[in-house]
Amino acid sequence: MSKLFASLVALLSFAITAEAKETLTIYTYESFVSEWGPGAKIKASFEKTCDCTVEWLGLGDGVAALNRLKLEGANTKADLVLGLDTSLTAEAVATGLFGKHNVDKSLAKTPEAWTDDYFMPYDYAHFAVIYDTEKMKVPPKSLDELVNGDPTQKIVLEDPRSSTPGLGFLLWMKSVYGDKSADAWKKLQPRVLTFTPGWSEAYGLFTKGEVPMVLSYTTSPAYHEVAEKTSRFQAATFSEGHYLQIEVAGLIEASPEKALAQKFLAFMMTPGFQDFIPTNNWMLPAGETKDALPDAFGKVVKPVKTLLFTPDEVFKNRRAWMDEWLNTLSK
Amino acid sequence: MITLEAVQFRYEAMLMNFDLNVARGEFMAVIGPSGSGKSTLLSLIAGFETPLSGTLKIAGIDMAETSPADRAVSMIFQDNNSFAHLDVWTNVALGISPRLKLDDAQRRLIDSALERVGLKTYTSRKPTELSGGEKQRIAIARALVRDKPMLLLDEPFTALGPALRREMLDLILGIQKERGLTILMVTHQPKDAKYAASKIAFVDAGRIAHVLPTEAFFAGDAPRDISAYLKG
Amino acid sequence: MVEHLEQMSFQNIKITAALGFILGAVAFGFLPLLWLGFVNGFSGFDAYLPRVVGFTLKQAFLSTLFSLLIAIPVALAFARRQFWGRDALLKLFSVPLALPAIVAILGIVGVYGNNGAFGGLFSVYGLSGILLAHIFFNMPMAVRLLLTRLDAIPAENFRLGAQLGFTSPQVFRFIEWPQIASVIPGIASLIFLLCTASFAVVLILGGGPQATTLEVAIYQSLRVDFDPARASILALAQLAVCGVLVLIAGQFTRENSVFPRTLSKLRRFDGESALMRMLDIAAISIAALIILPPMVNILIAGITNIHVSDALLRATLTSLGVGLSAACISLLLGWVLADRAAQHATKALRAVIALACLAALIMPPAVLATGWFVILSPIADVSRYAVLLVIILNALMALPFVWSPLFPAIADARLRHDRLCASLGLSGFARLKLIDLPTLRKPLALGFLMAMIVSLGDLSAISLFGSAGFITLPSLIMAEMGHYRMDAAAGTALVLAALCFALITLAQYWSRSDDHA
Repeated sequence: MSKLFASLVALLSFAITAEAKETLTIYTYESFVSEWGPGAKIKASFEKTCDCTVEWLGLGDGVAALNRLKLEGANTKADLVLGLDTSLTAEAVATGLFGKHNVDKSLAKTPEAWTDDYFMPYDYAHFAVIYDTEKMKVPPKSLDELVNGDPTQKIVLEDPRSSTPGLGFLLWMKSVYGDKSADAWKKLQPRVLTFTPGWSEAYGLFTKGEVPMVLSYTTSPAYHEVAEKTSRFQAATFSEGHYLQIEVAGLIEASPEKALAQKFLAFMMTPGFQDFIPTNNWMLPAGETKDALPDAFGKVVKPVKTLLFTPDEVFKNRRAWMDEWLNTLSK
Repeated sequence: MITLEAVQFRYEAMLMNFDLNVARGEFMAVIGPSGSGKSTLLSLIAGFETPLSGTLKIAGIDMAETSPADRAVSMIFQDNNSFAHLDVWTNVALGISPRLKLDDAQRRLIDSALERVGLKTYTSRKPTELSGGEKQRIAIARALVRDKPMLLLDEPFTALGPALRREMLDLILGIQKERGLTILMVTHQPKDAKYAASKIAFVDAGRIAHVLPTEAFFAGDAPRDISAYLKG
Repeated sequence: MVEHLEQMSFQNIKITAALGFILGAVAFGFLPLLWLGFVNGFSGFDAYLPRVVGFTLKQAFLSTLFSLLIAIPVALAFARRQFWGRDALLKLFSVPLALPAIVAILGIVGVYGNNGAFGGLFSVYGLSGILLAHIFFNMPMAVRLLLTRLDAIPAENFRLGAQLGFTSPQVFRFIEWPQIASVIPGIASLIFLLCTASFAVVLILGGGPQATTLEVAIYQSLRVDFDPARASILALAQLAVCGVLVLIAGQFTRENSVFPRTLSKLRRFDGESALMRMLDIAAISIAALIILPPMVNILIAGITNIHVSDALLRATLTSLGVGLSAACISLLLGWVLADRAAQHATKALRAVIALACLAALIMPPAVLATGWFVILSPIADVSRYAVLLVIILNALMALPFVWSPLFPAIADARLRHDRLCASLGLSGFARLKLIDLPTLRKPLALGFLMAMIVSLGDLSAISLFGSAGFITLPSLIMAEMGHYRMDAAAGTALVLAALCFALITLAQYWSRSDDHA
């Protein structure tokens, strides 16, 4: 009984101190804070450096987090949003909710120099076609070979309407084919088994053996190498280059915890955050890590060329490009 | 007309064993405590239940391989004697042909049966619009058009008031006289049995304990189990 | 008289509260969006809209048609036959309802896909795949609902049929069809709405944007384009299509009074011919062939991958908690609605109740969630109430599944007991305890179970209101898949399926124990 009482007192006092502490509320995507994501570890790591509490709110994906923000507007509970990518940042800035980060941009180790005043990157990876070496001896060597290749060798893609990698591939096609991308989609269509709502479903079909190819990230083989000790799944290198996804975080201008949010963004570029990225988020760190990356990451495909639209280009054209895709493929 | 010799049947824990003889043209009532096997006896005769062993004969013919439809009986239940979504006329017509392909003579037969039971003005009504007694009249009319020599009645008038019960029994007795039917009627009402039946079978614990002429059944010197039942 | 009046007003309060809650929840969901659409000047009438509506109707119509065409002979065969494994098979028929779409799809693909045991028979991608998956989900549900009805046919009907020499087609025409005909419109509109609302199946097995339904288009306009003007037009289109359909179906629903079965033991006399045996065997085999191989695939994929972990236990408990709460709310609402509808409701009231029942299927969850969010976020921290909102949304989504076993039973019980109860002055809690609870135990258990199964498998509500640390079994499956852990996800999926099977067994045990009492 006394034990119960003691723990009750402890719980109460904890609640009181927790109340007194500063709380940083971060909107992010669900898988960042799930059981196997880096969220919990990063929370603990940051809380050691400040007298504060980090509260994650996992929302579907980056798009869902941004939409939540749009719905809430000035009433938002978020101090920080983590998990948008560069195809969303212009749209995010346009909401007028985000403030400048004032973090040293040279800390960002992205393939191209970082210039964004509103967002800082925390990880990145190139999109890549992952293939099953047991089913496919000769993978396509370019996007063009994928588009014009044998239609019996299928690929699973993600739907750009509901998935970030899906949108990434749409932008990849656009950056390679430009005005002719509608024709290229038409040629690719017979090779596409289906468009799934998200990455998980596509990768699930792929590992189930439905298709020899799937759209994923250059880092995917590293997972199989590290966690499953197999090199069966490999990324195909495309001669036109690979489209890049950079995941970023930004702070809310009107937040009462703006200073703390700024501190978090600076912390984000240090090993205290970055060390948890490679083997938890399975992306490449965009900042300093303490330890060297696992060997498997050394084998990650290094694209001959990085393809990336500016956030503004994506913001201006996304709807039109999506409609073009929709109209081309639904006929 | 109906003969049961050592007809055995098991319902859950109860083993029943029936021996019975019903003569042609006889009106026999079946009386006994609840759960004694009265309804089961009728179901065995109608072919709704299959005996474990023993011989069941109707008009001298062994019924072991005969389906309910091919037995020379019509049965009227306590409830659900008609199909609720079909009108009265069609419900009766099903007694002649389930395919409902009827010639003029058959149509006239149905009309006269409905007239005989007093449903002439109700032919296009649904059974749900009729009273309890009228619903049972549909079943009687159907038995008329089926024209089988035997009628099995399973507590058909239990739900009706005394005056109406008497009226329905008169209808049945009238038809029996016209057609020379053999009738077996399960009832909970000793009065009904006394009024209509010439013989009474007393069923107890899965056996036919006694078969007595009606006067003997209600006489002061009837067997003790019968008088106990009648008092209780 | 005074007491009678009090009782009436209590009835009115109950039904008003239930309808107010449901319609309020729907209005709170839809009106903000409609307002946003109005402010932004409705747009979205383009060539795309009729195409999307056309495809939505086509796939939903075909899915409904095929589900029922298979379900009817299967239900008739089950009603007619007793065979080894019948009960187990019927229990398995309840499992698809609890499976998140992706689990079922991986099971179907594992059997009929390119790499499957029956691969190459037909393409599981495109319309045929959508239909197969929708039949997998809905046909077994239809069988169970039809069977409930067939089981209520009085034994005397079959005896009479036997005496009159009915053949199997005549038994169907005079006895079985009139019973199931009255429930088919309801079942059909339920399946139709479920297929209209189907999202993952359409996207994954549809094969591309040529297979776009209204639900997908609404999701796109809310999520990707964040275009409330277009979303509200699409939602209005969905509301119009589904609402009209429900009202039409309501016109065809005949209220056959349910006959109490007077003879407990049912023996069938029809279907003894070799041809009928063959047909029944064929029907049950086809159903089993549709249902079992994907389930076996899920079993095999999962059986070696169940790792009991904290995450799995927590998710199981969370799912049970959410499922139980949602089922309680759903049962309560369903009971009040069904009870009112069973008491001489006017045509208009009946239509309102029917629409309320199906509200969460007519209005896409994404629309409801958005609207609730717009209304609630200025006054409360929505993420703190995520659990509550998920439970409410699940309860609304489960309502039609509570309704279908409950309404006929209540209508029947009212018919039988109302006068007696009135004459004895039995009302309120006493009546509930002495009369309603004991006699309605079986349909209540079935409704509760169906509601629980539906909420166990739901992923849409939780992904709309997600909050950290609130993880159900379906969301655990998605989280595992999102982290390359496809094997672990297969294990979790099997746990979910097994949980559902266990619940069905438990519920049948409960509802059966009163039969032998």
